[in-house]
Amino acid sequence: MKNFDLPSEKEYKLIVDKKTPGSKKIKGFLRAFWVGGVICLIGHFIGQFGEWIGCTQKTVSMFTASCLVYLGTLFTGIGIYDKIGKYAGAGSIVPITGFANSMCAPAMEFRREGMITGIGAKLFTIAGPVLTYGISASVLYGFIFWLKEYVL
Amino acid sequence: MENIIEILKVFIVGGLICCVGQALIMYTNLTTARILVAFVVSGVLLTALGFYEPLIDFAGAGASVPLTGFGYSLAKGVEESVKELGWIGIFTGGIQNTAAGITVAIFFSLMHALIFKPKSK
Repeated sequence: MKNFDLPSEKEYKLIVDKKTPGSKKIKGFLRAFWVGGVICLIGHFIGQFGEWIGCTQKTVSMFTASCLVYLGTLFTGIGIYDKIGKYAGAGSIVPITGFANSMCAPAMEFRREGMITGIGAKLFTIAGPVLTYGISASVLYGFIFWLKEYVL
Repeated sequence: MENIIEILKVFIVGGLICCVGQALIMYTNLTTARILVAFVVSGVLLTALGFYEPLIDFAGAGASVPLTGFGYSLAKGVEESVKELGWIGIFTGGIQNTAAGITVAIFFSLMHALIFKPKSK
């Protein structure tokens, strides 16, 4: 009997990569690009609307973020965001609406496990790490900034 | 004409940042949670190094809507609070600037999780 050398996992991945048509990857990038771009544009117009109704420069970014986050949770609720995500990949994950989606989707899914351990806890399955590391990074930066400003 | 250029800037920069995320998904095995964390932390880092502020000035919502912009708000808030309040600002600044977004996300995720039923898989 002949002994075949099976490719290792790494080699196998290389083979798969080679066989995967390049056009599929380009399509993925194009979809992420235009959907992500459009979400940013929506943010742009919300910001202009915010200025129009009298937001100051400081509050307008908060207004924009809040509206986008609200829309993100709403579209997750009615089940549209899931479809956008399947189509656009990172185009739906990277904008702040993706952050909203990452909170709302698990909360909905685990609703039957109860208010506390279901919705309450699962809200933070993805948002938890994001806030933990984001805020920690900001504290580290704040400390360095404080040193620079007051001590040195 | 100026409006069109502004819109193009927002669209292209926002799209390109999403393409970075798409590349991470395609060429590494990062999960969604890791990508989100990576974007927020790199937003803080890039702001600290002074690279992100010019991008915000250039592209507006194109740079502030992606999650790197969330990191930018965190870092910017800390800067402002430290200037205003001294050392206590290290701990208050980050959330102060992002409070609206985080609170809206928590409150409406709760509401929508209660109102809407998940679609069957």
